[in-house]
Amino acid sequence: MDEVQTDAQALRILIADDSESDRLILSTMVRRQGHDVMTAADGIEAVEGFRRFQPQIVLLDVMMPRMDGMDAARHIKALAGESLVPVIFLTSLSDADALARCLEAGGDDFLSKPYNRIIIEAKINAFNRMRVMHRTLSQQRDVIRAHNQRLVNEQNIAKRVFDNVAHTGCLDAPNIRYHASPMSVFNGDILYACPRPSGGMNILIGDFTGHGLPAAIGAMPVAEIFYGMTSKGFLSGDILREINQKLWRIMPKDMFCCAAFIELDFHLGNLSIWNGGLPCGFLLRRGETVERLTSAHLPLGVVAAERFSVDVARYKVEEGDTVLFATDGVPEAMNAEGEMFGETRLEAAVAGTPDDQSVLDAVLRAVARFTGAEEYSDDLTLLTVDVVPPADVEELPLRVTQSALSGPATWSCEYEVTGETLAQFNPLPLLLHICMEVPGLRRRGGEVYTVLAELYTNALEHGVLGLPSVWKNSPEGFGQYYAERERRLRTVGNHAVLFRLEHKTGRKGGELRVVCRDSGVGFNYTEQTQRTVPEAGYAGRGLALLRQLCDSLTHHGTGNEVEAVYRWTFDPDESEQHTG
Amino acid sequence: MAIHTRRSEDGRTLIISIDGRFDFSSHQSFRDAYEHDDQDVSDYVIDMSETTYLDSSALGMLLLLRDYAGGDAGRVRIENCNSDVRRILSISNFEQLFSIK
Repeated sequence: MDEVQTDAQALRILIADDSESDRLILSTMVRRQGHDVMTAADGIEAVEGFRRFQPQIVLLDVMMPRMDGMDAARHIKALAGESLVPVIFLTSLSDADALARCLEAGGDDFLSKPYNRIIIEAKINAFNRMRVMHRTLSQQRDVIRAHNQRLVNEQNIAKRVFDNVAHTGCLDAPNIRYHASPMSVFNGDILYACPRPSGGMNILIGDFTGHGLPAAIGAMPVAEIFYGMTSKGFLSGDILREINQKLWRIMPKDMFCCAAFIELDFHLGNLSIWNGGLPCGFLLRRGETVERLTSAHLPLGVVAAERFSVDVARYKVEEGDTVLFATDGVPEAMNAEGEMFGETRLEAAVAGTPDDQSVLDAVLRAVARFTGAEEYSDDLTLLTVDVVPPADVEELPLRVTQSALSGPATWSCEYEVTGETLAQFNPLPLLLHICMEVPGLRRRGGEVYTVLAELYTNALEHGVLGLPSVWKNSPEGFGQYYAERERRLRTVGNHAVLFRLEHKTGRKGGELRVVCRDSGVGFNYTEQTQRTVPEAGYAGRGLALLRQLCDSLTHHGTGNEVEAVYRWTFDPDESEQHTG
Repeated sequence: MAIHTRRSEDGRTLIISIDGRFDFSSHQSFRDAYEHDDQDVSDYVIDMSETTYLDSSALGMLLLLRDYAGGDAGRVRIENCNSDVRRILSISNFEQLFSIK
């Protein structure tokens, strides 16, 4: 293309005129001003000359033989395409209609005969400035367009990488419904769900301050920690602490993540909620009453570990209950008058869900009705989770990495947690990890975790802390139970819980023997053993669950030692791999 | 949106008033408001009496100011919030970080 030209530099100028004398006069004047000139005697020569000479400015006589100036102007403008090649008509015409037709044909201006040297020079300079400005703008537009294209490409690649790390986990579970923009990661919204080894699930919904790549970069470690720790059996407190610490360390001070953590145990009907900075969530009980799940904490990544609180609100839930959370795009959705949807309308929409609609649809419809928009806005994320029978969500695949098929077959170990460590440390992920080294146990991770967890909970809460399980039969007692648990843990003293694990593999399967002994006074287990069916309420379900899962469950000593035997057999495809 | 600053009579408190929406567009002027001061200032007051709304990036800016003022030891008060502003601050539990009146 043409090089940078300023006023002072020579331009290539094409002059077309059928009158030889006029052509000579004009080309002499223009050459004297320092420009390169090429001449043509009619329209066809002018178009041909334009092709070969690529002039920057064209001076065209209107009336010429073979092809007149107007046709030539059309051809030249078409050939010039996007670049601006000023076409100035040379004319002695004074008829306004004829002059207007020249401009319609693509002309930019006129020069009237006889020629005036000063006007010619001024016009050439003026049109050259316009030409240069046009070219600069076009180049800048092209640069911006290329940048934008590259940004979109990079976002798409980043999104693919991101999807591999921050996959949506078990968001496709039958009890979860959600609305989220496919590019929501670049809006700063996050939504992850992961099955827990014990059979329940953890869900994290959140909203980063800021948009674009910085928010997406912050979301990556959050996803890694959330999926990694949930799959290994860590509880909400440990996971939240880890995420908070990571964000606090890596993010700039003004970036943080408002989030809610939902921990659901379908077997025991336990729901734990941690809400740090997200709009109030709702618990809809059997389609009737609504409880508010308000934010009680600072968002993730705002304060250092020492000040970060992982206290959760605990609820007892049952089949038919629904939990709803939304990012601030929902309460802040605006109508034409600039009014916000707000929490009150959100609560009313949840409470007024018609029988034939899901809570999610009811809320989305209410938002759409309010804003009057045809489509839901892209920057809102909305989630509902239904409490369902455990069997409905049993088949969710765990994302624990599977190592080689062969593993330890016969082994035993002892692990004892003592004193203050009881209050600070959860030994279950570690113990589960040891058991998961056995390939045959991996597919039964949920059951193994439940066995370990129930044994540990009983040993700690009833054995060591002496908490009466009957408290948990009423909603008030339920809260009191966990408050008291926290209090007694702080002064736990010299107590201890010991695990002894023994595993052996046979031809058809294997056997895991777990002994759990606590330093408490024990209890009268003969009475408990008689009771095969748990009574209504929460208490006693733990032991019943253990009996269901294990081949045998026996108490020893004063009741402070329990021995559970868990047997497993090879699945057909597993034994094939095993023998092959 | 406009940001004004003034000093208390003893010169130790910097009062920053924010008019209208407090959002990302105020980023630079808000920083300028507190970063161009001298060593005498020990207390900061954010006057929100004319603030209509704040978004999450405004919360981030408040955290930057808090950090500038000395983090946990800093003295930053947020005053005269309307109910919308107050609600947004309390959803994020900023009462734990700032004294809010």
